[in-house]
Parts: sequence; C-alpha cells; structure tokens
Amino acid sequence: MRESSPLLVVEDLKTYFFTRRGVTKAVDGVSFTLHAGETLALVGESGSGKSVTCLSLVRLVPEPAGRIVGGRVLLEGEDLLQKSSAEMRRVRGKKIAMVLQDPLTSLNPALTIGTQVGEVVRLHQGLRGAPLRERVLEALRRLRIPAAGTRLRHYSHQFSGGMRQRVSSAIALSCAPRLLIADEPTTALDVTIQAQYLELLKEVQASAGVAIILVTHDFGIVAAITDRVAVMYAGRIVEMGSTLQVFDNPSHPYTRALLRCLPDVGLKREQLVEIGGQPPDLARLPQGCPFAPRCPERQPICDETYPPSVPVAGGHAASCWAAPGAKARA
Amino acid sequence: MKLEAIGLKKYFPLTSGFSLRGARGWVKALDGVSVQVAEGETLGIVGESGSGKTTLAKLFLLLERPTSGSLLFDGKAVGDFGREDFVRYRRAVQAVFQDPYSSLNPRMRVGQIVAEPLPRDNGMSRPMVAQRVAEVLQLVGLPRESPALYPHEFSGGQRQRIAIARALVTYPKFIILDEPVSALDVSIRAQILNLLKHLQETLGLAYMIISHDLAAARYLATRLAVMYAGKLVETGECDAVYAAPLHPYTEALLSAALPLHPSARRQRIVLAGEVPNPVNPPAGCRFHPRCPRVLPQCSSQEPEWREVKAERFTACHLY
Amino acid sequence: MRAAKHDVPWFPGLVLAALVFTAVFASYLAPHSPTAGDITQKLIPPLWMERGEWEHPLGTDRFGRDVLSRIIHGSRISLIVSLIAIGVAGTIGTLLGLISGYRGGVTDAVLMRLTDVGLSLPTILIAVVLVAVSEPSFSNVVLVIALLLWPRFARQMRGETLAIKEQDFVALAVVAGRSSAWIISRHIFPNVVPTLLVISTLQVGYVVLLEGTLSFLGVGVPPPSPAWGLMIADGRGFLATAWWISLFPGLAMVLTVLSVNLLGDWLRDHLDPKLRQLGRAAVLEAPAAASVGPVDEAPVRGAAAGGDGA
Repeated sequence: MRESSPLLVVEDLKTYFFTRRGVTKAVDGVSFTLHAGETLALVGESGSGKSVTCLSLVRLVPEPAGRIVGGRVLLEGEDLLQKSSAEMRRVRGKKIAMVLQDPLTSLNPALTIGTQVGEVVRLHQGLRGAPLRERVLEALRRLRIPAAGTRLRHYSHQFSGGMRQRVSSAIALSCAPRLLIADEPTTALDVTIQAQYLELLKEVQASAGVAIILVTHDFGIVAAITDRVAVMYAGRIVEMGSTLQVFDNPSHPYTRALLRCLPDVGLKREQLVEIGGQPPDLARLPQGCPFAPRCPERQPICDETYPPSVPVAGGHAASCWAAPGAKARA
Repeated sequence: MKLEAIGLKKYFPLTSGFSLRGARGWVKALDGVSVQVAEGETLGIVGESGSGKTTLAKLFLLLERPTSGSLLFDGKAVGDFGREDFVRYRRAVQAVFQDPYSSLNPRMRVGQIVAEPLPRDNGMSRPMVAQRVAEVLQLVGLPRESPALYPHEFSGGQRQRIAIARALVTYPKFIILDEPVSALDVSIRAQILNLLKHLQETLGLAYMIISHDLAAARYLATRLAVMYAGKLVETGECDAVYAAPLHPYTEALLSAALPLHPSARRQRIVLAGEVPNPVNPPAGCRFHPRCPRVLPQCSSQEPEWREVKAERFTACHLY
Repeated sequence: MRAAKHDVPWFPGLVLAALVFTAVFASYLAPHSPTAGDITQKLIPPLWMERGEWEHPLGTDRFGRDVLSRIIHGSRISLIVSLIAIGVAGTIGTLLGLISGYRGGVTDAVLMRLTDVGLSLPTILIAVVLVAVSEPSFSNVVLVIALLLWPRFARQMRGETLAIKEQDFVALAVVAGRSSAWIISRHIFPNVVPTLLVISTLQVGYVVLLEGTLSFLGVGVPPPSPAWGLMIADGRGFLATAWWISLFPGLAMVLTVLSVNLLGDWLRDHLDPKLRQLGRAAVLEAPAAASVGPVDEAPVRGAAAGGDGA
C-alpha cells in the first residue's frame, strides 16, 4: 500500500497567535511526511500544538488572532498554504476530512443524519436523488451503523455517543478522502466503545487506503493502532519514528518521562515517575529547549540553543542535546 | 471503622412535562449494590457510562437519598442518624471530584475554600483554622502564599491539589475520589496519583476511587468492584481481578484498556452493541445481549451474587 | 469581537458621570429655581433663537420657569427614582430568585408562578391604575415601579442560580456540611453579582422611561416637580410654538437611557464571559498558560485564564 511518493509533506510549519499578551507560538516549526494508508499519531498534552497543527493543515486556524506564518503543506505535491479559499473548500471534505473529539457538538441537532451525510456527498460529488441516498447508505453501513435505512431519518440525539462518532466519521469518509484527521476521536467515549471504534477505523482504513493523522494524548491508543508517532511539546515535534521504535527506544527525555509516568493496566507499578513542573507558557518560550526546565538531563547548552533533530535509527529522530551524536550536528 | 452499602437502589423518576402527574417510568441508576470500604484500604469502582458509579458516589456522600437499601457508617445506618451523627459523618467522609475548575468557587480565596469543611461552632479559633489550612496545603505541596490567592491563579493540577487539601482538612477517614485525574494533563496525572498514594500511606486514609481509567484504578486500588448498568458484576482483590477476571464484562473491559506497548499481548474482545437503557434494562442478566459467552438461561434468569473463589465475588451463570 | 473587549466606554461613562454629578450638585448648578417661575419671563425661546437670552439658555416654560434648571433638578428625580426602585426590586427579586432556584421543587414552582403573574401584568396599565387609586406621590411612584420590576430580577437570578448550582463546588459545600443558607449566601450570591450588576444597569433605562411615562400621563411624580416626563407633558400644548419645553427634557431622557444601555451592554460583554472564562478556558484551548520555571515554583499570577484562545 505504500506509494513511493508521500501523500503529505509538512515542512517547517509555523502557526502563531497574536494577542494582547504577546505572540503565542502554538506551532513552531513542525515537519513530517505521511504516506497513503499510513497512520501517524500526533501525541502531546494540552498546549503541545497538536490540534493547531491539524487546523493548520486544513487552514481552519481561528482568525484574526491565529495565522500560519511559515512553512509548506504539500498534499500530493500541491502546497495547500498557497491555495485560494475557493480551492481550499474543494480540498476540505474531499481530499482531507476531519473527525473531532466531541460527538455531541459535531453533529447538527436540527438536521437528520441523512441530511448531514448527504450534504457532503452532494457538495463534492454532485449527486442527487437515488444515487445520493445510495452513497449515504453506503457511508453509514461502512461504519457499521445498524439499520442504516431507517436511521438516516433520525436526529443526532437519538444516537449514543459512540454511534454519533461513527456518524461523524461516516460524514468524513463519505467522499473517500485521501487523508483523515482525527482529533482525539475517542476521548469522550467509553473504553469498550473506544475499542469498537478503533477496530472499525482500522478496518475502514485497510479497505479505503486512507491515511490517518490521529491526535491523542493516550499512548495506549498509539501503541494499538498507529504506524508512526510524532511526540509534540511546546509547538514542536521532539521525537518521531515508527511506533515500535519510539516505544522500544524512546530517545527524548520527554517521551521517556511520559512513558514512565503512565499507569499501565497490565502491571502494578510501585511508583509512577513524575514529571515535575508545569507545561510551558507558549507566549514566553525560552530561548533554548522548552522542556529544559523539567528535564532530568538538562545541560547548560539546553537553555541556550534549541537542539537539532538527531537521527537515532532509520526513520527515528529526536531533538535533544543528550541524544548521541547531537553535539556533532550542532 | 467501616463504610458499607447494603442493597442500595436509586431510581430517578421519569416525568413528563408537568411534575404533578406521576412518574412515567424510572431510571434505574443503581439497582441493588452492596460494597464496603474498610479503614485504610482503597476500593476501586470501575465501569462505563450508565454503570451507576457516579450515583453510588453521590449516595455515599449523602448528596442523594437511596430509593431503598441502606448505608452504614461504623455499623450505624444513615437512616437512623441524629444531628451529631451527620456532623461526624461529614467530617469523616470527604470528596474530590473530577473537574478542577468547577470544584473551586472562583470568587473565594483558596484559604476560605480549604477551610470550608471545618465546623464553625466547634470552638476553632481563627488562628487554629489558619494553621490547619497551612498544614494541609503543605501536605499537598502547595506554596505557603496560597491561602490568599484565587483559584484562577493556579493550574489544573494545582487546583486539584487544592481540592485534595480541602478534603483533608477535617482529618477524614474516607475520601471518595470521583475520577480525580481524568481532567488533568497526562504528565500531571502521575503527580496527583503519587500524591494520593503518599497521603494514604502517611495519613491512613481509605479511598473509594471511581474511574473509567482502569490503569489509574489499578495503581491505587487494593480491591476492585466492576459495575455495569446499575449493578455490580464482580469484586475481588485488585491484582487478582486484573490477572484473571471472572465476569465476561470484566474481561471485555480489561481487554479494551490498552497496554503501553505495540507488541503487548492482549485479548481483543470487542463488544457489540451499546450500554442498555436504564429505564428498561434487559431481562435476566443485564449484560446478556452483549455477552460473548452467553448461555440460554442468561436472558431469563438474573444470576446470583456468589463467592466463586476466595474473596472473589461475581454474578454470572458461568459459575 | 475581540476589539470590543478593550473599548473603554467613554461616551456612556462620561454622560452618566455628568448625570450623577448634576443630580448631586443640582442646587449649585442650576441658575434658577426649578419651581418658582416669573410669569413675565414666560415662553422665552432658547438662547440661539430670536428672542433668546443668556439668562435662560434653554428657554422658559409657560410659567416662566427656566427649562435648564428644571432639567438639572429633574435629573435628580430620575436618578433617585431609579436607585430606590431598582434597589428595592433588585433586593426582593434576587432573594426570591436565589431561593427559588436553589430549593427547586414546590418552592420554585410557587414563586415562579408568582413571577409569571408579575411579568404578565400590562405595566403601564397597572401603574396608572395603582397610582391613580392612591395619592400621586413620589414614594408611591417608586413603590409601584419597584413592584413591577422585581419579577425581572427574580427570573434572571433564578436562571443564574440554576446554572451555578450545577457547579461541583456547590455539591462539595454540601459534602463539607454547610447549610443551604450558607451556600446561597457564600457560593451562589457572589457568583450572580456580575449578572446582577448588568441587569440593574440595563433596568435603569427602563425605569427612567417608565417614570417619564407615568409623569407624562399625570400619574407620576406630582407637579410642580421638574420630572422630565412632567415637563414633556407640560409642553404638549406648545409643540408648534414653544417646542423647547418638551424637546429638551426629551433629549435628556434619551441621552440618559442610551448611555445607561450602552454601559450595561459593555458591562455584560465584559463581566460575563470573563467569569465563565475564569473557569474553563485554560483546559480547552491550545495555549496552556503557566509559567516556565523550576519545579514547585510559586503559582503563576493571573496568567492562567487570560484565555485569548477561547
């Protein structure tokens, strides 16, 4: 399923928010590539910039305070940041689709499900009448929504949280997008419903060949369904590699600290190793590495200069002065 | 000293429009739950939405009155409480809730918030109150200037510490923790969980921790109780339940909790269907429509609550 | 609407400050007596017109009373009526609203039906009837207005109470063993104060107009009080010839009501969202706002919910 040329190339993306308090560098130089059929996890806590990165990809950053100030977003070779709004509208829903966290507000309570799914199909594929209905049913069935024929006349309040998320996903996938961005899609769902949803997502991905960017703070989900993972902190990617690589050999102190501080359902830990301190203030980022104040391996150079990206293995890199080979690249 | 619930039921009336007409039906949030928490232990209550765990917490905190069943504190039924008993109960049983933002009154200073549970009529002078407040704030690791500040000057994790400090101020014996870390950033969760563990060890507290996060529950709990659709499905010693769950729902729940490594072996049990309607739960065993190991009698007969192995209880026709 | 947050309300603020100033120092500011008129000076037009004079910048009415002085003293009446009526109505309404919202159940049902009755009464009609039945006097007018006003406060305050009641800190206060009275006064009330301020401000305009209307209809503050409504009524017969008698008090009223409404809007925009933001903003939006610093540093001051991401 891997094509030779990547589906999405993000180069040095920067999105800042200009407010009374100053400039908040929500995304400060993010670069990654994604191939068709691949699932990339963007992991981080609040303030890491993972959600703003996604909004930047589809150019839905809230204006006027937020602005993409630099970088390129190449979807199948074309830079999305250079497109006009009319062109972007043709991209959204058709080439890139999104599923958001809250199933309650993702759907319009005043319209039937059928209308909402149909809206997207009608817009991007120009179908009407019977073919439209067929496509809508197909989309609903693909997400295993039972009794799709009757349920398309139902309203969102008649669905449970898990079902609503499936409907949102059906809307997102209805026009066979190349890329699906899922921003914390299961955070608001029960654990067993989450399991259902993730299974379904994997299945749909396998059959439709869609690439997925999955934003999450949950390493369990990352371990379960993703191919590659990018760990974000203070607006930058601090470590990126295949999921196996990052879990087996976490090379950035933040990644290591995160993995050590999480309770694992599989074993009874004696003590969780804490990460001291607080997440950084994005309006007042230090000159050097933003994780330095909390880092157990802090060195003087960490406070002065932001570390370069240091390759750890094939396809695995971390931005850290303590990584072997870091000094050489300085 | 023990906190015990026996056969607690809580039904909420479903009324239509005018409340003057009788109930159309009942939301059976809790349908006969018996658990206990002994001094110094931690009971983990896990379950998903609709399980009734939050309702159970509210009953233990006397925020709601049970429809039937009884709550016993140190052997005495809450129904027989006199005024003094209520005062003692309130002092001994405190709570920490999920949302660190709505748990603290934005218009009160931290010192006032933390001091609130302290009884006013018990001859505690101002300096005594201030001293106790300072003590608990130190216990939870907050700076000394905190009492004069307002909640908005603190981060989420710090606010949760304030909430914990408030829960400690009356020297309680039991603390009901309702999803204490779910609303916090991942890196902060460890701080709070460690704090809770440490406090339990140094102060000899008993916890009832309610969580949908099985990993967090495992970290703190000594005993586990699994709930589904208003009923208990399994209880037992924590590690034992995690290692070898008895009830099919517990199995499914545990398999849905994702381990922290891509190659970790886990049983993938994906349940079909949804949590049942609390107004009209399924007949027989409530879990039977979704149970991967359902037997014919499950749809008609409710299974009995039994001790299947040593200290391991469950209600399931498989046993 | 981000810009709106930083607009200081200069115009309404100044106007209202001037109004209050005028009302307080009316006796010193008014060039003439508001009630004693000189018949020989009647119906003099405003200063910029043909027969106008500096002595009476805004002209005189048919009794020779100086219009400007009357407007100045009239501001006092408008202000006092507003303050007292809103004070009384606000107190009663808030109390009932808080209790109703917090207790719920039968208490709530009964009080709300009472409020419904209050709200459905045709204001002007009732006011006219009530005041006509009793002696037209200053205190009666104030009471009648207060009577008509309290349901609005009750309704709003009940709504606010219901929302605040859902906050965890209320449940935790119960768990802490506090009584309903304590919870209502120490938890609910302080959190409804911003809304109370906003409503009160917005009601001032309504009260000024109501008082003006009542006076205009002859059932408000009794003559020879220089209430603006009365002045407008007085000038009714002279609209074509001595229009200044009605116009200027009318303008004064418009200016006052407009300013008060603008101020109320600003207050609402400024107070309400901030209050909500103090709660949840920091969790929801991307820029987390805590300081960079070594572990266990003192807490950040005021940075937490700057909430510009919201």
